[in-house]
Amino acid sequence: MAPFYSRASDHSLLVLFGDEISPLMLDRVRRLFFGIRRERGVINLHPGYASLLISFDPRLITHEAVEALAREADSLEMSVPAARTVEIPVCYGGDFGPDLGEVAEHCGLSIDRVIELHSSAEYLVHFLGFSPGFAYLGGMPEAIATPRLTSPRVRVEAGSVGIAGKQTGVYPLASPGGWRIIGRTPLRLFSLEQEPPALLAMGDRVRFRAIGSDEFDAHC
Amino acid sequence: MNSTLTVEAAGLFTTVQDLGRAGYAHLGISLAGAADTLALRIGNLLVGNDANAPALEMTASGGSFRFEHDAVVALTGATCDAPMWRPFETRHVRLGPLAGARSYLCVRGGIDVPLVLGSASMHPATGIGGRPLRRGDVLRLGSRAVHDARWAGTPWRPQCGGRLRVTAGPQSDWFDNGVFFSSVYKVDPDSNRAGLRLRGAAIEAPRAQLLTEGVSLGAVQVPAGGQPIVLFVDQTTTGGYPKIANVVTADLWRVGQLRPGDEVSFELVSIEHALKLLREQERMLAKLL
Repeated sequence: MAPFYSRASDHSLLVLFGDEISPLMLDRVRRLFFGIRRERGVINLHPGYASLLISFDPRLITHEAVEALAREADSLEMSVPAARTVEIPVCYGGDFGPDLGEVAEHCGLSIDRVIELHSSAEYLVHFLGFSPGFAYLGGMPEAIATPRLTSPRVRVEAGSVGIAGKQTGVYPLASPGGWRIIGRTPLRLFSLEQEPPALLAMGDRVRFRAIGSDEFDAHC
Repeated sequence: MNSTLTVEAAGLFTTVQDLGRAGYAHLGISLAGAADTLALRIGNLLVGNDANAPALEMTASGGSFRFEHDAVVALTGATCDAPMWRPFETRHVRLGPLAGARSYLCVRGGIDVPLVLGSASMHPATGIGGRPLRRGDVLRLGSRAVHDARWAGTPWRPQCGGRLRVTAGPQSDWFDNGVFFSSVYKVDPDSNRAGLRLRGAAIEAPRAQLLTEGVSLGAVQVPAGGQPIVLFVDQTTTGGYPKIANVVTADLWRVGQLRPGDEVSFELVSIEHALKLLREQERMLAKLL
């Protein structure tokens, strides 16, 4: 299906592929991202679940030209970098996962079963957004879906793994937050000392692996 | 060895800014950069720097800055208690409260801080580019001068004011536009470089759900409560709230000069008109060269 092109502002074009969260949408967003990222005048690309916002310098390029480039990139069967599988070790529960017990209680499951469900699924990185290195992951088993905290924490440590409704995610940086925190990874999801600075990328497959606190310490 | 600048008093919230960190939105990294890019560009022109040279952005109150040697500086943006919009030589700049939201201290050569992902801009919420300045910080001056300092009378400067021109947002047809365009909103104290929260007539919330998507600089999003938020330079890169409008590029600097308590209203223009306003602004800037 042809995408819908919308002039989101005088300096951006929103390319909308559909209104669902699916691997197909991700694939189309990703192809367009790689097809257009090096074009002159393009300032930033903001991927979403089923869209790509192309922000550009209107002094250098017009909406018409950006739309023509996007149409061309979308029609070509160009090759894109292969998706990777990234394993994220997580120390569940204890001080690292203060809300694990409440998640188990809410879902009517044992703590071990919550860990097993969370760490046995394969997740898909739909896109990074919101804040540096934050990955929107799809694929969490609905059996462990739990609403956010009624009152957000003032500080959630970097690496914290949380659940918010049907979503799961990892906090790349310490920040305030309302997700139910079930564990922590010793990996750095965002660091300016890494290249690229974000551990995950759009299209990656992610698996969580339960580790003990000794292995967590060994990583740090 | 380049000369230095010592921060004797940092003011309320002073950061180093250039024209922003482009090219990393797909990693969740926002543009950042000067809130009033017009003031930064004019200031850099006045002291002879390239337009993107890093300068100090002061918020609500100025600071006190001592130079190791005589330096050529220019103050632009909100009026402060020193000569504005012209280059002058000094060893010491000491400023009180600003008459607007933000002023820029541009120094010939620019401020030499390490570039992070291609930009000197500080994004305080994430620490990318460093933290706001403190008393005792010593900054090196750079070598970003590309022509002589110049001054041909106070440069052209459009009037500040609370009327922002906007184009229709991607979800503008989800809303009752009448309320939005006929109302006067007030800038909430809980506003910052990431977004300006506005208080006023509530815009009826749409029933439809939006999938999280990319958001433009200057987007006016409307959360369920109906009070609009203007996304600004330190914005999040994606969001799930529908957007009723988007501030035109030529008026983004005005957003950077709004203070808590200021009144703001919106005027709808076409994309074509928005681009004409931008061309006119660029022509006026080019005349300063």
